Amino acid sequence: MNQILIFCNMNKEVPVHILEKYPAGKRDGLIPILMEIQDEKGFLSEEVFQEVGRYLNIPANKVYCVATFYDRFRFKPAGRYLIQMCRGTACYLSGSTTYLDEFVRQLKVSPGGTSKDRRYSLEVTSCMGACDSAPVIRINDKIYSRVTPEDLVRIIRSLKEKTE
Amino acid sequence: MQFNIEINNQQVSAKRGETIKNVLDRIGINIPTLCYMNGFSPSGGCRMCVVEIEGIPGLVPACSHPVSEWMKIRTHSPKVLKARKVIVELLLASHPDDCLYCERSGACRLQELAVEMDIHDRKYHGKREIIPIDKACPSVIRDPEKCVLCGRCIRVCDEVIGVSAIDIVGRGSESRIGTSYNKGLNMQTCVKCGQCIMVCPTGALTERSSLTSVVEALNNPELFPVIQFSPTVPASIAEEFNLKASKDILNIVRAALKRIGFRQVFDTSMAADLHIMEEAATFVERLNSNGPLPLLTSCCPSWVRYVEELYPSLIPNLATPRSPQQIMGRMIKNYIASSAGIKPESVFVVSVMPCTAKKYESGQDIGKEGSYRFVDAVLTTRELNKIIRLLGIDFSALEPEPSDTAFSMRSSAGNLFGVSGGHLEGLMRTIHFMLTGQEMSPLKLMELRGLKNRKEARVKIGKAIFPVVAVNGLAQMKPIMDEIISQKNAFKIIEVMACPFGCINGGGQKLNPDEKNLKSRMKALYDVDEEEMIKVSHKNPIVNDLYDKFLGKPGSDRNREILHVSRNTDKE
Repeated sequence: MNQILIFCNMNKEVPVHILEKYPAGKRDGLIPILMEIQDEKGFLSEEVFQEVGRYLNIPANKVYCVATFYDRFRFKPAGRYLIQMCRGTACYLSGSTTYLDEFVRQLKVSPGGTSKDRRYSLEVTSCMGACDSAPVIRINDKIYSRVTPEDLVRIIRSLKEKTE
Repeated sequence: MQFNIEINNQQVSAKRGETIKNVLDRIGINIPTLCYMNGFSPSGGCRMCVVEIEGIPGLVPACSHPVSEWMKIRTHSPKVLKARKVIVELLLASHPDDCLYCERSGACRLQELAVEMDIHDRKYHGKREIIPIDKACPSVIRDPEKCVLCGRCIRVCDEVIGVSAIDIVGRGSESRIGTSYNKGLNMQTCVKCGQCIMVCPTGALTERSSLTSVVEALNNPELFPVIQFSPTVPASIAEEFNLKASKDILNIVRAALKRIGFRQVFDTSMAADLHIMEEAATFVERLNSNGPLPLLTSCCPSWVRYVEELYPSLIPNLATPRSPQQIMGRMIKNYIASSAGIKPESVFVVSVMPCTAKKYESGQDIGKEGSYRFVDAVLTTRELNKIIRLLGIDFSALEPEPSDTAFSMRSSAGNLFGVSGGHLEGLMRTIHFMLTGQEMSPLKLMELRGLKNRKEARVKIGKAIFPVVAVNGLAQMKPIMDEIISQKNAFKIIEVMACPFGCINGGGQKLNPDEKNLKSRMKALYDVDEEEMIKVSHKNPIVNDLYDKFLGKPGSDRNREILHVSRNTDKE
């Protein structure tokens, strides 16, 4: 392990194998590193910003502020199922808000929050870039496109079944 | 490459690479700006400086748009004027309407713009969000509701101070200037220098005021209020109240402070002399015993915090003497109070500093002994001006009052602390004397003077040559710190002041200073160096007297306990 990795005290929060792929002190690695950490850990914790900042030589506060720009990054651990509802124009026009309300009503979870039983997290994201498939819903890694109200009923039913 | 462009139907020459704003400044056309800061990277965020260019749809920001040969620019066309007015109206849409009560009233750029644009009613009504005020920090208070997101504070924190304590959090209409995890400025790498206050166009950033506690103490019969003032204060007061900067200004300031109700008035320069003596002794000792060099000066609390937060491994390099403010406070409480038969707890020490970080410093654990603090309240120069107005002090009716405490005797070396390079100059004079027994000749180190961010000198002492450097603006220190860590640095002493050009431009000085102000404040300090009889700290009779009667020799154990701090070096 190289010197900088040891200095950054990496073993705590940030997996070393992620950092090793990117050169230290080069800020272009910032977003890919944060994305990989999130994929592995599920969210970005406070220590992540400090450690990544130290590794890339960017003030920790700057790392945090850059991350807040993107809807993609989470700062709190998500529930078992992370439901992301696209609020882009196309999805909005094809009724994404009604779908959102349905999730809120049926799964007892508020937008941006996590249900009390930690089963579901609901997020409203900016355009996912799949407008031709609107409305789009992403649940963990699975993307549901051109969702109809009937689909939605099925999706919610299967979510409930899986978590029972 | 030189070429001609057309501005307001006039042919004007311009160079490739210049921005429109650069050209306008040169030919004397004023356009309103808000986020623009001379000498900083342009952000083009506020759109206040928009101009019309023939052939380009929409308006472009002059501060960041480069000139090209074909340009025909109109700076004050009806379209431009209307756009600027709407921009200000939109900024005001969600701004709290509390100008009457706002700290910044009278010095607010937004207010000025509203006047310039002739805005008299609220045209747009934005949703006003209630955002809590961040008041955990002992020096700087943040009121995000008044923020117009111009980003000036961010740039100064990044580019001048180099700590990036604040940045834009969130995106689009939800973006705010904030701190990580919304934890408050106190929990950040913030060094409390207050430069963000200096550049803030509105009342979003202000200092934590100590006015109330000082006025209360002045009226409390059980307290004995005394005041110390930093070397930069007389010049700043002269500037604010249009007094002639003369030899008498010191005595006039003293008279004003007495009139306010302070029982005794002290000049912090005397403590700066003590600081120099101790620092010089520390340096000589480290030189002889192979101690940690370069010696990093310790008079600037922002700088000390910077080292503690970001470079804890270099804490041993910091000089250990307390800052002059703390030394003065301690001497007043320990020495003066006891010789006058007053309990240290009953003495209320106020200090006037051009600095917000001194507020933070006085509240630190190192600023306490038992039940009392060495300094009870710190006023910025701005706050002192307010007290002077509040209590109706009329300078024209004041008789200059010579010092009545022996403690006000100073050398001009101590007085030079107010300007970057000045502290180092004074320090070198005493080090030269300590090492060789002779005065440095000439006494002046001209390489260390002037409005530059980094001033290097090679000082010859005996047969040896000491490379030293004075740095201001903390961002300049990052490369130097990295050099020190990798042992590639040859400097013996590094003087650091957090604010650009030193305390003359401190975060507690008058808002919106221009270069002329800075130059005259600097000149005032160097003038004192010309005129004062005692030019070196080790010849200050009071300092010598204190060492004889009270402190022992410079660097001795007794005064190490009183005048030095022990810093925790195992923070990480």
